[in-house]
Amino acid sequence: MAHLPENSPTDPQSLLVIGGTSDIGRACALRFAEAGYTILLAGNDAESLAREADDIKARSGAAVSLHSLDILKTETFTDFIAQLPVLPDIVLTAEECTGDQHKAESDLDYSSMIMRANFESPALLLGLFAEKFTARNSGVLIGVSSVAGDRGCARNYVYGAAKAGLNAFLSGLRNRFGNSEIRVVTVKPGFVRTGPIENVSLPRFLTAEPRQVAQSVYRAAVTHRRDVVYAKSIWCLVSAIIAVIPESLFKRMHL
Amino acid sequence: MELSGWARYPRFDSTLFAPATKAEVLAIEQKLAHYIARGNGRSYGDAAIGSRASISMLGLNRFGAFDPETHLLTVEAGVLLADVIATYLPKGYFPPVVPGTKFATIGGMIAADVHGKNHYRVGSFGNHVQSLHLALPSGEVVFCSKEENRDLFDATIGGMGLTGTILDATFPLINVPSGWIQEETIVAPNLEAALDLLSNHTEAAYSSAWIDCLSTGKSLGRSLVHLGEHARPIVVEELKPGADLFPQPSVDTLTLPLEFPSFTLNRLSVAAFNALQYRKGALTAGVPLLKGIDTFFCPLDGLIEWNRIYGKRGFIQHQSLIPNEKAPTVLAEILRRFAVRGNASFLASLKKLGPASSGLLSFPSPGYTLSLDLSIDRGLFEFLDEIDALVIKAGGRIYLAKDARQSPQTLVAGYPGLERFRAIRAKVDPDSLLTSRMSERLGL
Ligand SMILES: Cc1cc2nc3c(=O)[nH]c(=O)nc-3n(C[C@H](O)[C@H](O)[C@H](O)COP(=O)(O)OP(=O)(O)OC[C@H]3O[C@@H](n4cnc5c(N)ncnc54)[C@H](O)[C@@H]3O)c2cc1C
Ligand SMILES: NC(=O)c1ccc[n+]([C@@H]2O[C@H](COP(=O)([O-])OP(=O)(O)OC[C@H]3O[C@@H](n4cnc5c(N)ncnc54)[C@H](OP(=O)(O)O)[C@@H]3O)[C@@H](O)[C@H]2O)c1
Repeated sequence: MAHLPENSPTDPQSLLVIGGTSDIGRACALRFAEAGYTILLAGNDAESLAREADDIKARSGAAVSLHSLDILKTETFTDFIAQLPVLPDIVLTAEECTGDQHKAESDLDYSSMIMRANFESPALLLGLFAEKFTARNSGVLIGVSSVAGDRGCARNYVYGAAKAGLNAFLSGLRNRFGNSEIRVVTVKPGFVRTGPIENVSLPRFLTAEPRQVAQSVYRAAVTHRRDVVYAKSIWCLVSAIIAVIPESLFKRMHL
Repeated sequence: MELSGWARYPRFDSTLFAPATKAEVLAIEQKLAHYIARGNGRSYGDAAIGSRASISMLGLNRFGAFDPETHLLTVEAGVLLADVIATYLPKGYFPPVVPGTKFATIGGMIAADVHGKNHYRVGSFGNHVQSLHLALPSGEVVFCSKEENRDLFDATIGGMGLTGTILDATFPLINVPSGWIQEETIVAPNLEAALDLLSNHTEAAYSSAWIDCLSTGKSLGRSLVHLGEHARPIVVEELKPGADLFPQPSVDTLTLPLEFPSFTLNRLSVAAFNALQYRKGALTAGVPLLKGIDTFFCPLDGLIEWNRIYGKRGFIQHQSLIPNEKAPTVLAEILRRFAVRGNASFLASLKKLGPASSGLLSFPSPGYTLSLDLSIDRGLFEFLDEIDALVIKAGGRIYLAKDARQSPQTLVAGYPGLERFRAIRAKVDPDSLLTSRMSERLGL
């Protein structure tokens, strides 16, 4: 009968997705499942996690397990990892709370929540797994970050600042493991078409489908071994251009 | 927001909701009156436009379970057929029924009880549906199958969304030897020959005819009859050496940015297209060809957004069913009238249909079905009313999934299950909360 995905025995065998119900997280989980990986999905909404797990199982035939985690309860992280059935070969964080920038400007708790969900939480989790991976001397850590972290702008700087922190954390980890078997991947998806109805306001040439993001992540983590991935390579250019605009000019731009 | 069907006629304002989960569907519907479920808007007319609100089911796009033993697949109702094919064809499985577009949702395929090029062998999609969950206007979710809630099941298959919102469904996939179709094309010099070929080749897994609907006189109804089989590996190797046995099917549609102005499509360009298609097909007649799933089943999906070539005015697709005995004479008369009037398009297909499903408003029953596209011009609707009269007189009917204009009288005369359908609908929706522009127009 038809071909099943190839997967050599030396490849990593399990992927943990934190934020397994996010559009990008579940697309990644499915991509790895199709390649024969066992999937661990973590999140705090049991019902939606189960729905995603069934979807992935039905599509790929892969084994999927569910793990309860509230990304804002950092004190539970150590136990969360200890209770996993296996130490995964690859860990991907794709939880998020883009939040409402406007609200974050005046609401302290809300602003803090955005920073924690986008920086503190993924950084602590990836840091804990980094320790476990060091002991095992293998593993891939993947942080889904954002181009919003490349340069702060008025539209979303609270979220952007958190993502900038995550970018720095990931590049630091990568530097730390530069000469080892452990790899760190930073994902900057750019615009992603998420949600059920197409968001027509997004320019097509800048916008990726979650499936495309997942494919780039898979390539970067498994086959092509890249450190930083953009789902659409044009974002690499856009980011480079944005980075060189002098601050005196940048501050007056509407972004 | 302004909504229309695939033919972009008619257009009406309707508030579009986009729930992401079953729970959200139920919560939204609780607050609504005069709404209808909407799949991917691939029905041609006003079926998927809610009188006040429409519920896009595209967010319910998760698969539920697949059992490799029984081949039974359970999916949410907003899953696209394209997704099913892209997911399972590489594993050697295929849907039992595929209409002329794979960008229909499973919910929409049930609600219209769609047929494919194999209806004479396997029936309509509804024949294969094992069970479904239906959200009634009361908020209750009912499990329906041939065994449980049979009445509601039969009213829902082909029921155009008017019994409730289908949340998920279970149906089997079939095993196929490859992702290719072995196609053979036979030239039929006239209508009679085409009908003969279709009825003499019921051993073929798939068949359909493409009619050059502008030809007249002795060659009225001249056609290319296409027969297809799922190609065995040995055939794939022979016809396309080295080809992948299961190529990955596409899931995306690209979008043409431009809307062609109405004047670019006229009788001359249509005639030229017809002639070209016919010659191209005639050249390869008799030679077995290997075709991909998309080009065989859904050739028009490749002409992305071809519906826009009719411009802002939109168009009408007329699809009728003519029972077997009457087919030769009545189809000839219909084709003659279309040819004389002369605004028919390159799209005219003829298929053979077999026994009906249990769906009360289901379209297919034994006979032949003819569909053509017509640009909307003055006098078209009056002209089509006359065609409808011929269809009804022959004991046929007009397909609701394509319809934007048939009269309530034509509907009543064409659908013998209508009485029972109305009775069941009155029970589950006593306050007529479920209404589409179609149901209002037809008093469904
Ligand atoms: C190029 C092309 C070729 C086609 N070829 C064929 C063919 O060969 N054979 C054939 O039979 N049809 C054919 N069709 C018609 C098409 O298959 C049907 O109209 C189908 O219903 C479209 O599905 P949809 O998801 O787009 O539904 P929509 O067009 O959005 O809706 C169609 C109907 O289904 C109802 N509906 C949708 N989802 C649900 C739900 N979840 N619960 C309850 N009701 C629901 C709507 O209320 C509406 O009444 C073709 C269409 C195109 C564009
Ligand atoms: N979408 C884009 O355009 C885009 C662009 C650039 C970067 N990104 C990044 O890509 C990643 C995924 O984005 P997305 O758009 O796919 O996300 P999404 O669909 O909006 O999903 C958000 C996810 O975060 C989870 N989450 C929120 N609060 C949580 C909590 N307290 N505990 C556990 N989980 C929680 C949600 O889980 P529940 O369902 O359980 O609430 C959900 O899985 C994010 O890191 C985002 O910053 C996205």
